[in-house]
Amino acid sequence: MNEKYFQDRIDAEKKIEPKDWMPDDYRKHLIRQISQHAHSEIIGMQPEGNWITRAPSLRAKMILLAKVQDEAGHGLYLYSACETLGISREKLVRQLHEGKAKYSSIFNYPTLSWADMGAVGWLVDGAAIVNQVSLQRTSYGPYSRGMVKICKEESFHQRQGYEIMAEMAKGTAEQKAMAQDALNRFWWPSIMMFGPQDSDSPRTGNAMKWKIKRQTNDALRQDFIDKTVGQAEVIGLTIPDPDLKWNEVRQSYDFGEMNWDEFWSVVNGNGPCNKQRLAHHKKAHDQGKWVRDAAKAYAKKQELVAN
Amino acid sequence: MSSLFTYTLRIADSSLILGQRMSEWCSNGPTLEEDIAMSNISLDMFGQANGFYQYAAQLDGTKSADELAFRRNEREFFNHQLVEQENRDFGTTMVRNFLHDVFNFLFYTELSKSKDETLSALASKSLKEVKYHLRHSSNWLVRLGDGTGESNTKVQDALKELWMYTGELFEMDNLDTELLNNGIAVDNSALKSEWDSIVNKTLVKAKLTRPEDAYMATGGKKGLHTEYLGFILSEMQFLQRAYPDAKW
Repeated sequence: MNEKYFQDRIDAEKKIEPKDWMPDDYRKHLIRQISQHAHSEIIGMQPEGNWITRAPSLRAKMILLAKVQDEAGHGLYLYSACETLGISREKLVRQLHEGKAKYSSIFNYPTLSWADMGAVGWLVDGAAIVNQVSLQRTSYGPYSRGMVKICKEESFHQRQGYEIMAEMAKGTAEQKAMAQDALNRFWWPSIMMFGPQDSDSPRTGNAMKWKIKRQTNDALRQDFIDKTVGQAEVIGLTIPDPDLKWNEVRQSYDFGEMNWDEFWSVVNGNGPCNKQRLAHHKKAHDQGKWVRDAAKAYAKKQELVAN
Repeated sequence: MSSLFTYTLRIADSSLILGQRMSEWCSNGPTLEEDIAMSNISLDMFGQANGFYQYAAQLDGTKSADELAFRRNEREFFNHQLVEQENRDFGTTMVRNFLHDVFNFLFYTELSKSKDETLSALASKSLKEVKYHLRHSSNWLVRLGDGTGESNTKVQDALKELWMYTGELFEMDNLDTELLNNGIAVDNSALKSEWDSIVNKTLVKAKLTRPEDAYMATGGKKGLHTEYLGFILSEMQFLQRAYPDAKW
C-alpha cells in the first residue's frame, strides 16, 4: 500500500518530503548519493584552495576564494539535506574518513598551474552543472531545492573558469601553453565525472524509476560534450580527442574511447591525490577537535548559568 | 612619494597580509561553518586592501593596485608585524585577530572622520565589516578561554606570545603626525586607552590573564618585518614575478 502510494506520487511528479514514507532502498540510495555529493563539494575545496594564496591578482584572489567558499556552503546545504534522511553529519564525515563514502574522483587529480583554476571552473563545474540542472527535478524535496540554489552559483563559477581560460589562451605563449596543458589533463577526467557508461551502471534502474536520477550517465555526458566543444574552439584551444567529430545524423559529437581502467583505479583509491585529499580532511578535522570540544564545554556552562 | 600615499599603503598592507593569512585557513577550519566564516573575513580584508590600494594607485599615478600588492619587496611593505604572524592553530589565529580587530575598530571609527574624503569613505565601509570581525574573534576568545582546560592554556599561551606585537599598533612617526596635523590621519597613541579597556573586559570574560608589557616589537612602518613576511610574499607574488609580461 505504502509502496504504491509512494510510486504514484513519484509518477505524478510530486516531491517526497522527509516525513513521508519511503522504501528503505530509496532512503539508502539518497543517503549514498547526497553524501557523496556533499563530500565532493568539501573535498573539491582542496584542489582549488591549493591556488588561493598564489592567485595572481587581487581580483583573481577574491573570485577564487569566494568560489571555494561557495563550495563549502554547498557542502553545508547538502549535509543538511542528507540529515533530513535520519543520519548525522558526524556519521557522514566518519564514513568519508573510513573510506565507506566516496566523493567525485575528479578531485583526486592535482592542480598544477593557475590555468587549472580555469579548467576546473570551466570543465569540472561545467560538468557538475549539467548533472545538477537535471537533479533540480529529482524526486526528493530537500535535495531538489538544494540543487536549485546550488545551480545558480555554479553557473557563475563556470563562467569565471572559462574567463580564466580565455584570458590565458590569448595571453603570452607561456600562458597559452598552460591553458592547453590544463585542458589536456582535465578533459578526460571531466567527461568521466558522469560515471560509467549506462551498460555498466548497476544502480541506474531503480534511480530512474524513483526519479532520483532523471537522465542517464551517457545522456548527460553527451549533453556536456556538445556544449563544450564550441567553447574550446572560440578561445582557440584543442580538445585532446582525435576521434571527436560532429555527427550530422545524431546532431551530436562522436567522441573517443574513455580509459575506464584509469577511472576504476581512481575510484578505488589509486589516483594521484586520493591519499592526500583524505589525509588533509582528516588532519583539519582532528586538529579542530579541541576547538569543537571547547565550544561544547562553553555552551554547556552557559546552559547551566541560564538554568 | 607623498605622505598620503605612504599612509594609505600602510593601511592596505595590513589588510592584505591579514587577508592572506586568513585565506590559508580555507579547507582547514575546525568546522565547516568556521571555514566559511574565516573565508568571509579574508574576503573582507582583501576587499578593504583593494580599496586602499586603488586609492594609493590613484595618488601615485604610475602603479596599479595589483602592482602595489604583487611587485613590492619585503622592505617596501608597511603592515603591522602582528598580522604577518603565523596562524599556527585556531586559538592563536583568534587571539591575533582579536588584538588587531579591536585596534581596527577604533582606528576606522576615527579614520571615518578624516578630512580626506576617500579615506573617510573607505574607513566607514571597512568599519561595518570590522565590527563583525571583532564580534567573531571576541566570541571565540571567550569560548576558548572559558571552554576546556586545554583550550584555555592554548589561547593563554598564544596571548603571551603575540603580546609583543601590540605595541606597534599605537606608534606615531613623523608622517603620521604631519597628516594628523592636517586632519587626515588618526592619532594612534590616543586609541590605546580605549583598546586597553575593550581588551581587558574581554579577557576577564574569557578567564584569561593580560600579559605584562615587556619587550615590544617595532618596525612595520619602516618596512622592517619578522621572517614570516618574506615567505608570505614569495608565495603570494609568485605568478606576477615569474611571468612579468603576463596579464591575468
